[in-house]
Amino acid sequence: MANANTPSRTGRYTFVYPVLFAFAAFFLVPLVVVVLNSLRTFEEISQTSVLGWPRNFHWQNWSEAWSGYCFGGVCAGIHPYMWNSLLIAVPATIVSTLLGAINGYMLALWRFRGASVVFAVITFGVFLPAQMKLVPWAITLRDLGLSNTLGGLVLIHVIGGLAFTTLFCRNYYVNVPQDLIKAARIDGAGLFVTFWRIVLPLSAPILIVTVIWQFTNIWNEFLFGITFSEGANRPVTAALMALDANIAQAREYGVESAAVLLAAIPTLLVYILGGRYFVRGLTAGSVK
Amino acid sequence: MSALSIEALKARFGTVEVLKGLDLDIDSGEFIVLVGPSGCGKSTLLNIIAGLEKPSEGRIEIGGRDVTRLAPKDRDIAMVFQSYALYPAMSVRKNITFGMECRGVAKPEQHAAFERVEQVLRIGHLAARRPGQLSGGQRQRVAMGRALVRDPLLFLFDEPLSNLDAKLRVEMRMEIKRLHQRVATTMVYVTHDQIEAMTLATRIAVMNEGEIQQVADPQTIYDEPANLFVARFMGSPPMNTLPVKLEVEAGRLYARVLDDDKTLARLPLPQRAEDVSTYVGQAALLGIRPERIALGGHGSNRVTALVEMTELTGAETMAFLDIAGTKIVARIAAESRPALGERAEFSFDMRKACLFDSATERRIA
Repeated sequence: MANANTPSRTGRYTFVYPVLFAFAAFFLVPLVVVVLNSLRTFEEISQTSVLGWPRNFHWQNWSEAWSGYCFGGVCAGIHPYMWNSLLIAVPATIVSTLLGAINGYMLALWRFRGASVVFAVITFGVFLPAQMKLVPWAITLRDLGLSNTLGGLVLIHVIGGLAFTTLFCRNYYVNVPQDLIKAARIDGAGLFVTFWRIVLPLSAPILIVTVIWQFTNIWNEFLFGITFSEGANRPVTAALMALDANIAQAREYGVESAAVLLAAIPTLLVYILGGRYFVRGLTAGSVK
Repeated sequence: MSALSIEALKARFGTVEVLKGLDLDIDSGEFIVLVGPSGCGKSTLLNIIAGLEKPSEGRIEIGGRDVTRLAPKDRDIAMVFQSYALYPAMSVRKNITFGMECRGVAKPEQHAAFERVEQVLRIGHLAARRPGQLSGGQRQRVAMGRALVRDPLLFLFDEPLSNLDAKLRVEMRMEIKRLHQRVATTMVYVTHDQIEAMTLATRIAVMNEGEIQQVADPQTIYDEPANLFVARFMGSPPMNTLPVKLEVEAGRLYARVLDDDKTLARLPLPQRAEDVSTYVGQAALLGIRPERIALGGHGSNRVTALVEMTELTGAETMAFLDIAGTKIVARIAAESRPALGERAEFSFDMRKACLFDSATERRIA
């Protein structure tokens, strides 16, 4: 019977839904605390506790976090660092996605000699821990003269992201019929014309997946950000850390909460705009 | 003029020899069908002709020009794929003109060529649609349009009708035949469907295990198969083969059907005794098409057989028989219903009977 595995209607209301609601509430607690604190004044939090409903909505925390709060001796809030993150994440996402698409296309549809070995080597990058790459990158950036530059971080994220974008795209393109490539060869289309005119227009689902994946990871990346940048060149994750580490004065929980939430908005937007493609694209072709 | 000439062609993938030294000469305007079971190498051969795969050895000429080392686009060929391989993101018009665009043909010329093809195939009203918005038959037509627009020396078809339902397949088959009569371009057509081969081809090349078994016109392939493989592959149901003993009496050749030592029948053969002299007194295989066997009948060419099963197809009845342990099929009149599990007499029309050497499997005569 088709419904044999679904719980009965009463079972759903008395057991499944309450449990699901409890879990959902549990997962949401930290977010709720941060949101509430972002609307409470410094005095209110320090006189009571970090847990509590705002006496009145103190929106100034948000504008303070955005453009007024001082850390590292600069009083411009987090917006310059948001801008830095954007300048790193956008080009790195675009370049790594495009390169991954070209790699995947070559590996899946042109099957040159040794393609599977190349694929295995590239995919190996997925499993390399970031900590392992710190020293090699330090040397590379120094030699390239890119230490403490946004360009250096872009380079790190492009190279580091290639393993993922290549893996995603190659697995997607494997399901593109080989006959399309044959037809294009007979029509006289070369490698790149075929990619640009025939394969790329079919790639929207997987490109959305790689863009979400890359943008979120690069935006949220912390280790390389804090290691290879300082001062005004910091991405927002590293700047938030500096804000936290401001021990000379009492913790401004309200402003910090607002800053954290502001920093999370871009990835949230990307996910809301493209999220429904995300699961679909990742599992494309896996069920037939 | 020879449109396509293949010499000593071999293809090896790793240690597997897919094509074992093929020779084939095709005249201009011919419709050659390469037919064979899956894995026989026919698609590999087509891909090598197209330049999509490289042969390990051998030589290919198209229109008298050695193209063995040329890229597909420089071979003056066009190809229709089983999956149609239409570019999903392009309109029908773009699909058809894309090749010209790649070759740098001027826009007005592209337009004129599209008009020409669109009229032949009646696809003008589809010009703006994407392949995803077309039915199977329409996609098939567009795929042919893409090939046709090129006006090539050679058309290659790779099982183009396999994805269509039975009714549409028959329609498109006729359409392809009409197309060939109209454009008179040389066509090489790969299929595993022997009906398609019989109906379309001016000549059929039957392939098996990387070798061409026989190249001949459809009638010859059907009536005089070169060996047992061809006899059994072409025709549905396939040709029956019955172990017999050959003998000569009064200058005439006979096939004796034996059940152990008991003679079941003595059938006169159309072949001349002189042509098979070395086989007289020996065992051989008698080949007879199912439609040459009828229930009852008169004359001396009658064999008693056990009726194991019958299948009604509407136009005729298939009777599955057992003669001394050999299973054979008879295609008999629709209204005849021999009783199952009982013996009945069947008459053999021996005019087109074949003889095969049971060891080499080659046709003797």
